[in-house]
Amino acid sequence: MSSHGIKDKVAIVGMGCTPFREHWDKGADDLLVDAAHETFASAGVAKDDVDAFWLGTAQTGMSGITLAAPLKLQGKPVTRVENYCATGSEALRQAAYAVACGAYDVAMAIGVEKVKDGGYQGLNAFPIPNDGTARSLTAAAMFSLVAPAYARRYGVDDDTLKRVLARIASKNHYNGARNERAQFRREMSVDAICAAPAVAGQLGVFDCAGVADGSAAAIVVRAEDAHRYTDKPLYIKALSFVAGNGSGLIDPDYDYTSFPEVARAAADAYAQAGISDPRRELAMAEVHDCFTPTELVLMEDLGFSVRGEAWKDVEAGAFDLHGDLPVNPDGGLKSFGHPVGASGLRMHFENWLQLRGEAPDERRIPTVKGPDNPDGRTKGLVHNLGGYPGEMVSFVSIVGTELG
Amino acid sequence: MRGIISIAGYVPYHRLERSAIAAAHGGGGGKGARAVASYDEDATTMAVEAGRLALRSLPGARDALGAAERVQQLWFSTTAPSYTDKTNATTALAALRLGREVPAFDANGAVRSAVGVLRAALAGRDTTLVLTSDLRTGLPNSADERDGGDGAAAILVGDGAPGAPVIAEHLGGASASEEFVDRWRVPGEIRARLWEERFGETRYVPLGTEAFKQALSDAGVAAEDLDTVIVTGTHARAVRQVAGKVGAGTGGVADDITVEIGNAGAAHAGLVLADVLERSQPGATIALVVLADGADVLLFRTTEALASYAPARRVRTQIANGRAGLSYTSFLSWKGVLTIQPPNRPEPARASSSAAVRNDDWKYGFVGSQDRESGAVHLPPARVSFTNGAVDDMAPRPMADAVGTIVTSTVDRLAYSPSPPIVFAVVDFDAPDGSGSKNGGRLPVELTDVAAADVHIGDRVEMTFRRLNQSDGIQNYFWKARPVPAADTAATEGSDR
Repeated sequence: MSSHGIKDKVAIVGMGCTPFREHWDKGADDLLVDAAHETFASAGVAKDDVDAFWLGTAQTGMSGITLAAPLKLQGKPVTRVENYCATGSEALRQAAYAVACGAYDVAMAIGVEKVKDGGYQGLNAFPIPNDGTARSLTAAAMFSLVAPAYARRYGVDDDTLKRVLARIASKNHYNGARNERAQFRREMSVDAICAAPAVAGQLGVFDCAGVADGSAAAIVVRAEDAHRYTDKPLYIKALSFVAGNGSGLIDPDYDYTSFPEVARAAADAYAQAGISDPRRELAMAEVHDCFTPTELVLMEDLGFSVRGEAWKDVEAGAFDLHGDLPVNPDGGLKSFGHPVGASGLRMHFENWLQLRGEAPDERRIPTVKGPDNPDGRTKGLVHNLGGYPGEMVSFVSIVGTELG
Repeated sequence: MRGIISIAGYVPYHRLERSAIAAAHGGGGGKGARAVASYDEDATTMAVEAGRLALRSLPGARDALGAAERVQQLWFSTTAPSYTDKTNATTALAALRLGREVPAFDANGAVRSAVGVLRAALAGRDTTLVLTSDLRTGLPNSADERDGGDGAAAILVGDGAPGAPVIAEHLGGASASEEFVDRWRVPGEIRARLWEERFGETRYVPLGTEAFKQALSDAGVAAEDLDTVIVTGTHARAVRQVAGKVGAGTGGVADDITVEIGNAGAAHAGLVLADVLERSQPGATIALVVLADGADVLLFRTTEALASYAPARRVRTQIANGRAGLSYTSFLSWKGVLTIQPPNRPEPARASSSAAVRNDDWKYGFVGSQDRESGAVHLPPARVSFTNGAVDDMAPRPMADAVGTIVTSTVDRLAYSPSPPIVFAVVDFDAPDGSGSKNGGRLPVELTDVAAADVHIGDRVEMTFRRLNQSDGIQNYFWKARPVPAADTAATEGSDR
């Protein structure tokens, strides 16, 4: 019983991503057509060259027909997948495995969410019939439990922590301001973020990710075929996933300062990729910053910071655009927006741009290996979660521009 | 000996001061307050809370009343049921976990039904739990709005048993009935209509005095033998008149607590009787007179067992623990008179009847499960243990009476609630002495009867049965946590015992 991974067996050879917006003038079909065709062009393939499709959407559509119909696919297999907010990453994971096992030569993972047709702010899961006893809290409220627990456990006073969290949001706004695809492109000061009205617990409006419509996609092929499509493939080093069993909600020993599902997924991914010191070996990380305390705790669960010290690293700017490990250089969920089914693929899209030297100058990170930086790093991480503290799914991938 | 084995009142937490009503309508004055059921309470949930207190006042009752003598039937009476056609008493039966062999009936609609059920229970043979509960209001600025109150009472009636003896023997009683239209309400309407006040008085005074005289005569009790006379009813002026007449020559007329909580309609007689018994000595003789479309008189004499009877939470304690200052607009919206803009979030879907019935013990009884090997408590109950993976090795773990501590909390200003914001806490329930924390259990749960600013880590909470929401007319009942109220101080304040 072991997790072997598929290191260097599969490569991403093309990616696309629509702007994430309140696309009042576009439906899911439009977003899928836009993202798919940008991705076909990126990989230099025609629609019919793709052998199989994995569509990730949380609740914009059901079945593969949600993709086959707008793209007018001809006799192709399409699998619709859903795994909470990690849905987009799950689509990539399935497509990559399908290629790795030899079932298909070329596969597409595509994610989409059309959230703004619901008529309400935020994300609203469609109701599954139940006995009426389930919690009805918003995600913001569930994640707001993390900040005071963290402050208590590590002796950080509430005001200090509030500013640390605001700094995370401010950093992501700074990055997003340099990203034309991002939903929110305005820099926000720590003071302005701290002054925002409360939404849940200590979390203000700007501690929460935006909700947007959007789509993103990737085309994967076997690694040995990658150079047929691009000179700069992005090799998949690791794919890991943990579905929590919810025991954190009912276990008195859980203290809301860590997400065990994330730590488990990260350990598996690092083992698959052969990474022992992620803080120094990774050039960047795209993480699931649905709320500012989430990003804080992720720095520790992903092994970027020592337990109890992420808040200091955040204050020191370690994860800034020009820090020693840039986190969410594209603005993250906070600033890029969060179309649930697309977000995981959007996170890979930023690795695709940054690691391959194609990110625009204004947000290019200094850690990546390139002609000007021969000692730079070649690997990036994606972390994508769904659910809540105590009951979550967690995905981690490592991608890199070099084999081995 | 037949009589009352246990009795408890339930007074909801919130109080609307009568001066606030007067001020809202441009007037002044207003004495006292009325009790107000919270937005998440209805007649059924209040009845359940009263029933829980009555059963908790007899810690050994479930065992002491042997199989044949356990609660053998359940009656529920209110003028404000959440369901018609469907029985409301079955909800209370499930929440109180009285057992599926126990028949559960409603006697709803008229105020008089409540005393009628009590009378029938006293005249019958079964050990009977009588739940009376009511929500009282009227149109804005009406006397009913001002003088009404919300509350419930539970009275366990039977022949008693060792460990659960009769604390107030039923000595008898009498009734008088007459057809006249004094107070009436069209089903579905909030407003009761009244005939000219003087008219009712002319009907009730003779009815009350006749029934009272007959009751004393039949029971062989003289007026001067009575330590306390309780008079309640639907016509305040007639109540005062009758009290003046029948109280003469007795030990005195009981304070009817309407200044403090208002008149709780069908529940009021039980509430005042509970209060009087909680403050009585053994050997006290008590008359209960209820004026509602007639007059019903019940006579009791407290027994020696009253001395060792320990009420779980006295009426006076609950009155003292009430929270004043409810705004008139909150009151009106909770009563459905004023529609407040809800959060712009989807309303909850209706609870699934088939899913609910599979989980009756959890949803209504708040029964989790406990892993037999590790002792870990699972809320909701689970088949597979989270500690060791054991399958189907669980015992039921009743949690309704568990007390816990707030580990962390938050306020959700976005989520849908009938009365936002939602105050929410992670609660760790006390583990039995000497066992690990997992043996206590944890639940992230909504809080109620508390202001967000008053919630602190380490606060102690208990569980309370509430209505989370309603959709398609289905009442979605489940449990919330609320701060453990101040200790029962009535034993030293205002008690004769």
